[in-house]
Amino acid sequence: MLSLELDRIRKAYGDTLVLDDVSLGMDAREFIAFLGPSGSGKSTLLRIIAGLETADSGEVRLDGQRIDHLHPGDRNVAMVFQHYALYPHMTVRENMAFGLRNARVPKGEIDERIAQAAKVLEIEDQLDKKPGQMSGGQRQRVAIGRAIVKQPRLFLLDEPLSNLDAALRTRTRVELAQLRQRVDAGVIMVTHDQAEAMTLADRIVIMNDRRIQQIGAPMEIYTRPANAFVAGFVGSPAMTLVKAALEPGEGPFARVRLGDGAQVETRVSRAGLPVDGPLRLGLRPESVRPAAAGTGTTEAEVLLVERLGDRTLVYARLANGEEVTAQDEGNSRIRMGDRIGLAVDGKAAHLFDADGTGHHAEAAA
Amino acid sequence: MTRSRGKAGHLSGYAFAGPFLLLYATILVYPLLLGIWLSFQRADLFGARTWVGFDNYARLLTDPTFHQSVLNTFVLALLIVPPLTVIALLLALALNRATRTAAVFRGIFFSSSVLSVTIVTLIWRFILTPDAGLVAEISQVLGREPLPFLSHPDLTIPSLAITTIWWSLGFPIMLFLAGLQQVPPDIYEAAALDRSSRWSTFWRITLPSLRRTLVLVIMLQTAAQLQLFGQAQLLTAGGPSGASRTMVLFIYEVVFGRWDLGYGAAAAEILFLLVLGITLAQYWAITRREAER
Repeated sequence: MLSLELDRIRKAYGDTLVLDDVSLGMDAREFIAFLGPSGSGKSTLLRIIAGLETADSGEVRLDGQRIDHLHPGDRNVAMVFQHYALYPHMTVRENMAFGLRNARVPKGEIDERIAQAAKVLEIEDQLDKKPGQMSGGQRQRVAIGRAIVKQPRLFLLDEPLSNLDAALRTRTRVELAQLRQRVDAGVIMVTHDQAEAMTLADRIVIMNDRRIQQIGAPMEIYTRPANAFVAGFVGSPAMTLVKAALEPGEGPFARVRLGDGAQVETRVSRAGLPVDGPLRLGLRPESVRPAAAGTGTTEAEVLLVERLGDRTLVYARLANGEEVTAQDEGNSRIRMGDRIGLAVDGKAAHLFDADGTGHHAEAAA
Repeated sequence: MTRSRGKAGHLSGYAFAGPFLLLYATILVYPLLLGIWLSFQRADLFGARTWVGFDNYARLLTDPTFHQSVLNTFVLALLIVPPLTVIALLLALALNRATRTAAVFRGIFFSSSVLSVTIVTLIWRFILTPDAGLVAEISQVLGREPLPFLSHPDLTIPSLAITTIWWSLGFPIMLFLAGLQQVPPDIYEAAALDRSSRWSTFWRITLPSLRRTLVLVIMLQTAAQLQLFGQAQLLTAGGPSGASRTMVLFIYEVVFGRWDLGYGAAAAEILFLLVLGITLAQYWAITRREAER
């Protein structure tokens, strides 16, 4: 059942358009991540759903009811702010009770909900402290607790992990994933961290340049990026994009020639591609393996070697100057300055046409 | 080696602090001590001094003119500080927005503070004078007798209070505005999502956030208004018959009118102790409540 619906949301600040006809549908218990670079409009969209900003046009509906004209407090949504936004002069208990008191929830029920949330979040012994006496991680829990006790239809999380240190972030990520199983509500999380989005979300909404670039399950976005932006934004290190030209031929799949003359046989259907016009070949690092010089698809000079332990990333330059990222074993002997061959796995290659639209290998029959 | 460097470090430290300490001692510590010493003397402006012990203080205790001035001072402080604080807070709340109009009004409300007391009293004399003042003109248009604001014993103190509030608004407004801008905006957004009404947002979010500013404003204003002088001297000259004579005006008259330096110094010491005692009591009352919370 559709829970949240965004219908052609449009928002401008003065002459600057920040959201251009954004539409989205979300299931009742779905976890959606808005992922995008700074300034992509993802936070604005979240704030429009919360009612902290008003859209210039378009509709927001929750469970079939239009909510975009409602006061933020009447929308049945709860938000966890990036900097927590706890009330500094109230205790943890008062912080969690404030919204419920305003909503005239009976006192007994308030106490019950707080006790329950405190237990789940393991902050039972912190309830009489003030936010100033707590660490960042504990404040984060209180902020989540304040959202949970409201029992909203939708949770809105604005960069919830960005203020935590690396170790705590990973732990809180796991806890968010567990928590999400317990609440009967949808979750929207804004993040610029693709690892957060990939690990937590059922579906990721990639935003850039005022628009939704792609909506899809994490693996779908990784394996079938809708366009060159998504391909370059998701995945670390980013997908390599090199210039390519379609070779004439009869086969069902496209064969392309790179700038340095090497040819790659892809599994991308020739049918959907423009007959002429420039193409770009997209290669994930794992589909390019270093090989002995003279044996691979093409030749390259090694610019940089990153040893990550379990694997080695090799940044290499083709004869025509374009750079390609390849992946080797953890114990790779390749050094900077080496001349190596690159074996391209054409079956995993992607093609992007002149306007950036992605074309992907057809699923193996 | 290290020892000599340590000594040199000491010396350069003193060299840095020295000019300030010298100035501080000359213009604050020395006069303070001189005042205390003077209060135990019978002294005039020409240098004649006789030690009289607590005589001056004993005279003050039985001097009805002094009693009247203490009472006047407290009534004035009570009439000024609470309304001034409330009005400044309300204006700050209204002006705490990033619009051009708010900026203009911030400037207007602060402008009265830069005027000297002479100008302020002149302006208010134009307003309050019963024969040709603004209020008198308006009263006449409305068909009422103009009130003698500056000469009736019951009206002089309120007139002084109004003048002082008008003059003193700017600084507390600035302090409150600074305090308001310290409140992170996302707290208000959280409150909006928490269904907080305007009233409860003010009462539960804004006011507690301004607590320290509020304490500062009340303490500064109390200390300042207990030393009220210029308005009383220029607007009413303490009259009629001492009805608006404040403590500082009393001290001024004793010292520069009657040349009784020791007596004036004793009154000044009492005022000093009162101001110190009251501000400390306020601080204690407020911080104690904070510790309890």
